[in-house]
Amino acid sequence: MTAPLVRAQRLVRRFDVSAPWLDRLLAGEPRRLLTAVAGVDFTIPARATYALVGESGSGKTTIGRIAVGLLAPSAGSVEIGGVDLHRSRDAGAVRAARRRIQMIFQDPFASVNPRWRVGAIVAEPLVTAGRAAEAAARVPDLLEAVGLSPRDAEKFPHAFSGGQRQRIAIARALAAAPDFIVCDEPTSALDVSVQAQVLNLMKDIQAQFGLAYLFISHDLSVVRYMADRIGVLYLGALVEEAPRDLLFASPRHPYTRMLLAAAPRLDAFGREAEPPQGEIPDPANPPSGCAFHPRCPLADARCRAERPAMIAEGDRRAACHAVEEGRG
Amino acid sequence: MASTPSADPENRDAAVAWRVLSVRGLVVEIPTRAGVVRPVDGVSFDIAAGEILGVVGESGAGKSMTGAAVIGLIDPPGRIAGGAVWLDGARIDDLGSEALRRLRGKRIGMIFQDPLTALNPLLRIGDQLTETILTHLRVSPAEARARAVAALAEVGVPGAAQRIDSYPHAFSGGMRQRVVIALALAAEPDLVIADEPTTALDVSVQAQITALLRRLCRQRGAAVMLITHDMGVIAETADRVAVLYAGRLAEIGPVRGVIATPRHPYTAGLMAATPSATGPGARLRQIPGAMPRLDAIPQGCAFHPRCPHVMARCKTEAPPPFPTEGGAAACWLLAPQVAR
Amino acid sequence: MRPPRTILGRALDGDLGRSFRRSPLTVLAAAVALALILGAALAPLIAPADPHDPASLNLMNGFTPPMTPNAFTGEAFWLGTDDQGRDMASAILYGLRISLFVGVAAVALAMLIGVTLGLIAGYVGGWVDGVIMRVADIQLTFPAILVAMLIFGVAKGLTPPESRDQMAIWVLILSIGLSDWVQFARTVRASAMVEAQKDYVAAARLIGRSGAAIMLRHVAPNALGPVLVIATISLALAIIAEATLSFLGVGAPPTSPSLGTLIRIGQGYLFSGEWWILFFPALTLLALALAVNLLGDWLRDALNPRLR
Repeated sequence: MTAPLVRAQRLVRRFDVSAPWLDRLLAGEPRRLLTAVAGVDFTIPARATYALVGESGSGKTTIGRIAVGLLAPSAGSVEIGGVDLHRSRDAGAVRAARRRIQMIFQDPFASVNPRWRVGAIVAEPLVTAGRAAEAAARVPDLLEAVGLSPRDAEKFPHAFSGGQRQRIAIARALAAAPDFIVCDEPTSALDVSVQAQVLNLMKDIQAQFGLAYLFISHDLSVVRYMADRIGVLYLGALVEEAPRDLLFASPRHPYTRMLLAAAPRLDAFGREAEPPQGEIPDPANPPSGCAFHPRCPLADARCRAERPAMIAEGDRRAACHAVEEGRG
Repeated sequence: MASTPSADPENRDAAVAWRVLSVRGLVVEIPTRAGVVRPVDGVSFDIAAGEILGVVGESGAGKSMTGAAVIGLIDPPGRIAGGAVWLDGARIDDLGSEALRRLRGKRIGMIFQDPLTALNPLLRIGDQLTETILTHLRVSPAEARARAVAALAEVGVPGAAQRIDSYPHAFSGGMRQRVVIALALAAEPDLVIADEPTTALDVSVQAQITALLRRLCRQRGAAVMLITHDMGVIAETADRVAVLYAGRLAEIGPVRGVIATPRHPYTAGLMAATPSATGPGARLRQIPGAMPRLDAIPQGCAFHPRCPHVMARCKTEAPPPFPTEGGAAACWLLAPQVAR
Repeated sequence: MRPPRTILGRALDGDLGRSFRRSPLTVLAAAVALALILGAALAPLIAPADPHDPASLNLMNGFTPPMTPNAFTGEAFWLGTDDQGRDMASAILYGLRISLFVGVAAVALAMLIGVTLGLIAGYVGGWVDGVIMRVADIQLTFPAILVAMLIFGVAKGLTPPESRDQMAIWVLILSIGLSDWVQFARTVRASAMVEAQKDYVAAARLIGRSGAAIMLRHVAPNALGPVLVIATISLALAIIAEATLSFLGVGAPPTSPSLGTLIRIGQGYLFSGEWWILFFPALTLLALALAVNLLGDWLRDALNPRLR
């Protein structure tokens, strides 16, 4: 069995949200740490799409940035092709590994520099890698690959719509021929019809260039369209992970079920079903035991006291006492 | 509950009397350097008491502008350049600013996308609620406060009696939006205009808010204009839907009908382009091109450059709304004598 | 670091030009400023006499009122002469040169220091930001003129007496520039902090660009928007600061007087009747500062929607 392209193990990321140290000193307060990512692992094979689904406070954006190397984990590791991005001593190997990763961001208006011409934006990864000579030939090809015209290289981003800017960002991501692209809510800021175009484009280039995707989103419908395997996050931890069809056909974790029930659907005409209860707790002050217990219809005493472990069941896994005990 | 917008002047008075909101041929113009643009170009619809009309469209379709025009909040130099708006049978688009101001809050409640800007961060929630109640209803301050607590409880804020004295920043996003809904409904308005009320919220909270909106508005018999880009929210919440494209009404009708059998090619394209959490994973059908900018709207039907069923007529004449089951769609395909 | 040409080029066609033409006050201010700048630039060509050349001065010409022939020599001067027989018109034109040169150079220096420190503070953040901002705060507690005088005094102590007069201009530039950088730093820091959060910076980091490259090539072009406006208004203030320092005697020396020095000289003669020695330099200074200020105001308003 070939090793997976991306392997994340026991990722933890804490942020210091204490008051400024002088104030703390004078008031005698302890440091406050916010655990944005509380021990997450997943693997992504080459050419596959793994989706991370979660709402605000789930830590999905933080995980994306760790996976791509922009943020260092407080604990745990991310390996690209076997090279530990953050801990490895072999600088050359790390550099080579980083060249295999790229990222597409959520806000098309902020992810390209408004003062640069499109051609320069798309060519930048090549220029930085010391391959500026190739840029002149590759930029027109890249622009065409994403559905733009080579003449667009002369224009500035403000001449383009949100969907087109996202295409520019995709062209830039493709420039250095990566193997793995982290997509952080790439279509959340786009209209429905534009979203369809961009999603189809992403599928096409995945097939064409043999890319692996880590697809981060809050939208289950989009995830269903794009992903092979899906991990559901709640307050920094994976609560369930399964292949796409299994997850949608038979979700195990109560939170996954709640998400599926709450997602607005085109065939849900004025349904009077009971909407989910409660709200996402403050990540700086998480509930005891299982983080979901205040909102869970199946919560019992054990859930309030003990954090559930991830239990595998065939090709899927879930972190839930009720599932483990067969109650769910 | 007939939903056909009646453009027929003779029937107008009879038709608009029992509809809370009637809009006929609304046109909004904004002079720009490139000439005069029309973000809203001849939109007509009605909303009956206790009914939720979803106004859906992508960015630039003119849905927010339509809502703003109804409540008279178009920023100059933009202006209402044509058409009329009736509230409970009386015209409101030609009122002076003072009269409009009294109308808002008392008879029209507004819910906007960002609860942080709708609520004054320097005032306690209770103060904002009681201020609204006192301004529009003849009650004593003590009674107003009691009503405020009751309103908070009704929108589902736990511990309303205590939390009424908190500031907005003490609430989460979902709770704040509930407070905004309470504010909007405090003076018991006849019409509620909600502009993207759930877009900034998490999915689970979104479902709670839309359910709340439905329940409260039905209970009070308020007419609701729900503006959003999210067709799923419309499907769950609205009774009827109006689809806008480039400032014009593409289709209007009962939600179930429009979604199941869309008559306008744009609506059909939107449905096919929406990934669904329940449907199979077939390839999304995309609509080529993009919505035209307001200063570059094609002649004839605004959608014709992107339409898979375009005909010669579409390129020169803008289609009027033709009746469909329970609604209307502005497409030449529906014209009675279309020669194929 | 100059504001990049692209901002100017982009701004000057269309919106800005139209806004300019629509405001008569601004057009007037621009005309006045242009006239003064041209006068200063062409001074050697158009000035009737060279006021710095002691040999050309005739003491008998002293105290001649404007446009009246001198009692002794019969020469007439447009704006009169001062106590040494210097033609006021020429003195003003040459004084303008100094005022403008010092003003522009001081603002350029302040911009260079302020923008660089602001970019670093905003992008790098952390303790570097803290240090830079504390230095800025400390500097702000001192009035700018006092800072300038302090630097001037220190410089005076360090330079040998015979070259003090030549050094005066450069010390002026240094002292005004050093006292003025903080506002540039603060504004650029704020913009840089905003830009540093944006995804295109993250994308550049991802590609592997160095911090300095990102600061210079990505953040700077986007953070420098407000700098042009601040620079224009700073220019007016720098001109006045220079005039103040010269007036106080710690600026341009009488041998190569700036407008401030002329005002100082003229002030002594105001009540003895030779009003023109004070009046015309003061009027010129007023016109220059006002014109530059008005231009700065217009620029700020005209560029505002684009800066967002």
